[in-house]
Order: sequence, then C-alpha cells, then structure tokens
Amino acid sequence: MTTPLLQVRGLTTRFRTERGTVKAVDNVSFDVAPGETLAIVGESGSGKSVTALSLLRLIPNPPGVIESGEILFEGKDLTKISDAEMRAIRGNRIAMIFQEPMSSLNPVLTVGMQIAEPINVHRGTPWSKAMEAAKALLEKVRIPDAAKRLDTFPHQYSGGMRQRAMIAMALACKPRLIIADEPTTALDVTVQAQILDLLKELTRETQASLILITHDLGVVARYADQVAVMYGGRIVEQAAARDLYKNPRHPYTRGLLSSVPRLDGDTSKRLVPIEGQPPDLSRLPAGCSFAPRCKQASSECLKQQPALRERAPNHLSACILDAIQ
Amino acid sequence: MRNYVLRRLLALLPTLFFASLIVFFTVRLIPGDVIDLMLSQNDVSADKMSRDQVIRALGLDVPIWEQYLRWVGSIVFKGDLGKSLWHSTPVTEYLAQRLPVTLELGLIAMIVGLLIAVPIGVYSAMRQDTKGDYIARSFSILLLAVPSFWLGTMVMVFPSIWWGWSPAIEYIKFTEDPWQNFKQMIVPGVVLGAALSAITMRLTRTMMLEVLRQDYIRTAWAKGLSEPLVVLRHGLRNALIPVVTLVGLQAPLLIGGAVIIEQIFVIPGMGLLLLDAVNQRDYPVITGVFLVVGVAVMLINLLVDLSYGLLDPKVRFR
Repeated sequence: MTTPLLQVRGLTTRFRTERGTVKAVDNVSFDVAPGETLAIVGESGSGKSVTALSLLRLIPNPPGVIESGEILFEGKDLTKISDAEMRAIRGNRIAMIFQEPMSSLNPVLTVGMQIAEPINVHRGTPWSKAMEAAKALLEKVRIPDAAKRLDTFPHQYSGGMRQRAMIAMALACKPRLIIADEPTTALDVTVQAQILDLLKELTRETQASLILITHDLGVVARYADQVAVMYGGRIVEQAAARDLYKNPRHPYTRGLLSSVPRLDGDTSKRLVPIEGQPPDLSRLPAGCSFAPRCKQASSECLKQQPALRERAPNHLSACILDAIQ
Repeated sequence: MRNYVLRRLLALLPTLFFASLIVFFTVRLIPGDVIDLMLSQNDVSADKMSRDQVIRALGLDVPIWEQYLRWVGSIVFKGDLGKSLWHSTPVTEYLAQRLPVTLELGLIAMIVGLLIAVPIGVYSAMRQDTKGDYIARSFSILLLAVPSFWLGTMVMVFPSIWWGWSPAIEYIKFTEDPWQNFKQMIVPGVVLGAALSAITMRLTRTMMLEVLRQDYIRTAWAKGLSEPLVVLRHGLRNALIPVVTLVGLQAPLLIGGAVIIEQIFVIPGMGLLLLDAVNQRDYPVITGVFLVVGVAVMLINLLVDLSYGLLDPKVRFR
C-alpha cells in the first residue's frame, strides 16, 4: 500500500455554545490515499462539514476549536503548523469547494479575478499571466465563451456555472487534495451529475485526492472509493464503497441504505425511513448515540460507547451487536 | 446611464419647487422686521413716511405671493437670486465667493471623517470584542458626544496657551496660496470631520462584521489569502456600500456644522454668510443660501446613488 496523502488521527473539534461545549467532531480518524476519493456521509449535524473545515483550520474561533488529534498531510501536522504555513497550504495544496455557489463567490469581484487570485498569491504569478491561466481553467470546467466570462461578475452566472467557477478556483494551483463540502446540494438535479462528473474527471486527470462530503448515498456509490459514515460527530462505519453497499454492518448505515430508492434492486419494495431525529450533540446519550433510534438496540447499547473496530477485513464498524454476531 | 442621470435631474424640479415655497415663506415668519432693523441702525427717525419709502424701495410693498412669483421668475428667467436688502449686492455674487469656501471645508471634513472612520471601523470589526475594539468604540462615542463647537473652541484656546499657536484670522483664498489656505482649513476640517466620523465608524464596523460572516469570506480564507487581503480586498468593498449612503445623508449635517465652525474659525463661507443674513433679516440672501444648499444636497445624493454603480456590479442604471 502507498503511504496515505492525508492521515487524520483522533480529530476532535469542540464548539462552545450557550448550553455548554459540544463535540461536533469526536475522535475521528481516516486516511486518504493519493488519487483516492473518500466520501464522508451523514445527516445534517453529523459533523461531516465541521470535519472538512477542521482539516483546513477554517473553524470559526471562537466558538470552535480543534481540541485534539493530528492531521498529517505531506509530512506536516496541520494542527501544529503556524498560520503562515497553513495559509501556504490552503488553496494551494488543499483546496475547498463549498456548498453554496450562490454566496461563496464574492459579488463585487470578477470571476476571472477570483480564479486567478490563488495563482497570484501562491505562485507570485503576475495578474496578467494569472488571468490567462484563469481563462484556461474556465475552459477546462467547460464554461462557454471563457474569455468573455472572465470579466463578468458572479451574479451573471447561473448556479451550475458558479459551481464550475468554484471548481476552477479550487483547481487553480493544482492541489493534491480537494475537499468538496456538499458541492451539489444547492443545485438543480439535472446539473448535479454534470458537476460531480466534472469534479471526478478533473481530479482523476490531476491525480488529486478528493474528500466528498455528502448526505446522498447515490452520489457515494457512483463516485467514491472509500466511505466513512458519520453519526453524532463520530464515524460509525468505514469501508470501501462497494463493500459498504454490499455488506452494510452498522444499523445506521443499513437504515440509510434502505431509505434510498434503488433502481437496480426490487423497486416494488417500500422505502424504510429511519425514525426519530438526529441527536442533539449537547445531550448525547451515554452509550451508542444511535441507540435511541436503533430498532435492534438493547440495554447493553445504552451502557457504553461502542468503539470503531475492524469487524471484517478493511471494514470498520462501531456497533456492539456486530461483535456479538 | 445618461438617461438615468437626466431623469434624476428632472425629478429634482418638483422637489426644488416645494423647497422654494418652504424657504421663501418660512424665512418671512422669523420674528423681527428688516425695516425696523434698518431704520434703527441708520438712526433714521422712524416716521411713517420714510418707512413706506424704504418698503417700496426694497419691493416689499407688494403682496407676498407676488413677491414670491417675482423671485421665482427672476431665478428661472434670469438666473438672478435677487439683491441683498442691505448692500444691494447680487446674492449670486455672494454665493460665488462663499460657496467654494464651504465646499472646500465640507470636502476636507468628509475626507478627514472617512480617514478616521473607515480604518478604525475595519480594525474594530477585525478584532471584535478585544481591548482594541473597546477602545476604538469608546473613542467613537467620545467623538459623537463632543459637540463640535466645544471641540472647535478648545482647539482655539489650548494651543494658543500652550504653544502660542492660533488659527489665522485673515482668510487666505485657495487661489492665492493653496498651501496657506490648506493649513488654515485643515483644523476646522478635522473638527467638523471628527463629529461625522463617529457614526460612520460604527456603521463601518457593523457592516464589516456582517460581511466577514459571509460565505465568500470563508472562500477567501480557504484560498490561503492573508488577513489584510481577505479583509480589504474581499470584505471592505462589500461593507462600504451602505457607508457611502450614510456619507451622502451626512451632507446636510456637514453644512449645518459648517455654520458653527465657520463662525468659530472666522472662515468666510456660506455658514457665516447665512448667520449674518439671518441676524439682519436679509431675506434674499437667506433664501438664496438655502436654495443653493438644497440643490447641493440633492446633487450629492445623486452622486451617492451613482457611486453605487462603482461599488456594486449588480447595480445597473436604466
């Protein structure tokens, strides 16, 4: 096995709120190999976006703070390096694409300038040259009439085009890792697949790794190599994408899968929703945080937090029932 | 764009009409009578004969609505704002002398105000709830609380006691000696600007805080930009849009403030002219000053609206 590009070990991020501190991300560990796509799946509030923002130290502080853990990237622990070193990595070695293309581009700057900016900042390329590179990037993300589009403003772009521009911006410095935080949630269904295909194609072309944050298991099946399922701030199951689909081990993952329509299986089967609400992170139960919603939960489940363990080769799950089986 | 400006200018006409009505009639409601003042000052025995003569000579014998029509008529057809009742100097001549002085003072005050307000406001937002932020906010409240006539007086009194410095009494025109003129204008400009900067600073801080929470600021951080680039390139321009509106709305305050400051520093601008005219009940001068100030305020607001186009690419003038 090659050495991973990114190794996250025991990442814990806390937020101070009016009701005390909340562990939004609790002891999360995962690896991303070069060129690999890792999907982090979970409901809203499961900690997947906070995980992504923690990697780039973009958690607003206060109220958020990375409490412990290591983020090893290209031989450096991102939790320990200086702000200046971190800035040299952001947008350069690791780029991020956000959920809301509507509000993630600056309304008063031209799109071309915003794409050229990281090239100018990280490489010291003069603006005129950087703008030429921006034009090439716009062509690469298949925005028609790129030369003209360079000097227009985000409000003159459609949602899908803005997300393409965001991708162009992320690719500007040829990063080794791209973190895409629900990149298609705000877009039309018809555009979603186009954007993801483009993202996948361009990351493959540049040999970059991709962390794809999503709540959409359909997306995971199509684009991810590895999957980490998050619940209540923790990873509850982690496996290769194909393996996870075939043999989901954690009851939460099974619940998620049976609540998604499958075109390849028995379409007459009714969808089974997961009952109840995602947990309130400030009032997590003592045991398994999924136990209150779990149909198989026993009194054992409420006693202690189940550890994430390898239950089958390269397949991690955090459920005590799994050990008993 | 040209059509937009033309339409806006046309829309000024009805406003101007109502302004002229208000200005003309309210001035004549000021208690005290210009005739009495003249007769008493010139030591003329106030018999009925000479009184009627003066009234007729000044054209104040006709009904008031006819006076108004004559006044408006001569403005519209001759561009003439009438003559001073006391010196029979045309009002336009006064204005030509005085208006540039007040505009200069106002411009200096506005620039000084922005130079104080914007950097402090931005700093305060960047370091929200730190010691620096509290000091900056207290400073702005202090500027707001200190009346400019007091600050103006202090600036006159203490430097002359401490260093024997006092502002020049004799006014030097900009055209005569720009540097001397600037040295003379900068102190009153700062005093006037300080008062205006307080509100501008608070608004800059508030808007900056709002902008710094936006998604595109997070994008800017994620690109690896340094704090100055994030704040100035990505934040400030977005935050300035409402600040420009405020500065436009402050234009009338600037002129009101100029009345006091010009009095204290003996600057022969519109403020001093207006004050003298009111004391002497010199109706044509008062109405002339008000009308010009009104037009100036309206034009400033038009300029403010046009400046949105520079700051916000979403604004299109049709």
